[in-house]
Amino acid sequence: MSNHLVIAPIVLPLLVAALQLLVGEKRRRTVLALSVASCVALVLLAAALMLAVSADGVLGAVYRIGDWPARFGIVLVADRLSALMVLLTSVLALALLPYALGRWQHRGGHFQPLLQFLLMGLNGAFLTGDLFNLFVFFEVLLAASYGLALHGSGARRVSAGLHYIAVNLTASMLFLLGVSLIFGVTGTLNMAALAELIPTVPERTRALLHAGAALLGVAFLIKTAMWPLGFWLPRTYAAASPVVAAMFALMTKVGIYVLLRLGLLLFGDAAGPASAHFGSGWMLWGGVATVVAGIVGMLGARDLAKLAGYNVLISSGTLLGAIGLQLPAVTAGALAYLVISTLAIAAFFLVVGLLASDGDDETDDSLSLEPYEQPGETAANEGLYAQEDESRVVISAPIAMLSGSFFACALLLAGLPPLSGFLAKFAMLAPMLEAGPRAGATVLFTLIIVAGFCTVIAMCRAGIQIFWVEPERLFLKVRLSETTSILLLLGLCLLLTVLVEGPLRYLRDTARQIHTPAVYIQQVLPAAEVQP
Amino acid sequence: MELVLAAAIGILAASGVWLLLRPRTFQVIIGLTLISYAVNLFIFSIGGLRTGADPVLHAAAGDIAQYADPLPQALVLTAIVIGFATTALFLVVLLTSRGLTGNDHVDGEDGTP
Repeated sequence: MSNHLVIAPIVLPLLVAALQLLVGEKRRRTVLALSVASCVALVLLAAALMLAVSADGVLGAVYRIGDWPARFGIVLVADRLSALMVLLTSVLALALLPYALGRWQHRGGHFQPLLQFLLMGLNGAFLTGDLFNLFVFFEVLLAASYGLALHGSGARRVSAGLHYIAVNLTASMLFLLGVSLIFGVTGTLNMAALAELIPTVPERTRALLHAGAALLGVAFLIKTAMWPLGFWLPRTYAAASPVVAAMFALMTKVGIYVLLRLGLLLFGDAAGPASAHFGSGWMLWGGVATVVAGIVGMLGARDLAKLAGYNVLISSGTLLGAIGLQLPAVTAGALAYLVISTLAIAAFFLVVGLLASDGDDETDDSLSLEPYEQPGETAANEGLYAQEDESRVVISAPIAMLSGSFFACALLLAGLPPLSGFLAKFAMLAPMLEAGPRAGATVLFTLIIVAGFCTVIAMCRAGIQIFWVEPERLFLKVRLSETTSILLLLGLCLLLTVLVEGPLRYLRDTARQIHTPAVYIQQVLPAAEVQP
Repeated sequence: MELVLAAAIGILAASGVWLLLRPRTFQVIIGLTLISYAVNLFIFSIGGLRTGADPVLHAAAGDIAQYADPLPQALVLTAIVIGFATTALFLVVLLTSRGLTGNDHVDGEDGTP
């Protein structure tokens, strides 16, 4: 396999974004063609990467930048987990592109280049094997996300964006503090080298190491929106434009990815009695608290976009709790849930965007679940957008399509059969029971079931309010391109329902791999180069 | 020297946190800047404090303990650049918010009349 495959998912979007900036905003078609080409290429690259790392006997690929030995240089590491996340990112981005074709990309400048920078940051964060490099890629993806969160402007968006940026800048400071503390104790920032060193850290400085790891953890928990660090999330996601919110559904999963990776690599069983499973209890109970907060918020949500935001919280909390248990079988199920919930929430944000867009007031296009008053005179406004759209307008049965998608999203998010949401939840819950009675597992198990039930209630209420109580609230023009995105995402979930066997086997292998960090260390630091 | 540096970092961080929690956007950004100074100093100091030691090896290398650790210095440079860029971006958002809402409260609306 070509070694450069590992760095390609980072370099490609960077080059494309730079090119798009050079081409300029005016040549929309060229910019768009570049975006589509980049996203298609990314999906193919990610698939190739996944095939390469999942072949028998191959455990991962290491890319040494500048060919320096891993102890001195920076490495990129692709194993099964990284490849999975990169593929998920690329697929989501590709599926969202048609939706962005419509009115959204023209509401502000440089939508497409920002999206490409975001992809670069995400892929980099998933592939890097170095803590400081992780910080750099986090900043890249955050900087792009600031731009995207503000895309479309408007007072509500800017105000929510302000909070989002302030919270994330503070989190970045904590990230830096954690990284520097860890560096101070161990003298390295390479993840594999750290994992090797942690069992040998003297007792005297172990507390400092733990403090550093905890600070780092807090930074990621802020991104994951763990209660009580996640109050920024529903508001920001509700205020962002639908495409962006759908892409952001993945951003909380970056935090989950890093916690999963570092938690198991640095503080797995091999870390010695003093450090093993450090922080896992926090993740478990934090996850439980997050699910509770998400349920309460969801039941109280008076706005469809907020409802979607609280669904993100529930998904984050469930994942945090599941990876906090640190059982390989549960982790495999959690990864399945991660994929399905990301796709489903993204689709739900898109549906919400379409449902809410009939108000079409730029500053306030959220959909209130309050009793509906008088439909505004916004038809003229609509016509304005219809004119400048390249895609054709589809009028045939948009309600059927929207309500069908809404229903599918509800099933997926609540985890009801027959869709893949159920399979993912089942794959996560069944091993919890088999693992025997542990307080944490029992509480989490119950709570996930309750969360599913409450999702059903909240979604039913919203659905009845939107589709049945006020049928006069017509959903105006649903464009073909927007429908394509939603159907693509839901179709993927459906496909995963049917073809569940292969992906699940892959995820089980992934979970086994990340639960045996020795393999990862061996990969990055081959014995030959242990000491110069 | 350790005491002075520790006190400086502590005071910067404390003032930064205090300002960060204030309701005016200008105070928030100054707070963030102070915190980032504190963090940068902290990163810088993590390699050990030493006066007059070179971070780069000479031709006659000699004892490695004579040199300062170069890595924190490289890290802090990166952190400064990134912090500077994000602060500039935040400043633009503050100005936009000020323009859109007509006041400089972080929530966009002033509680006091």
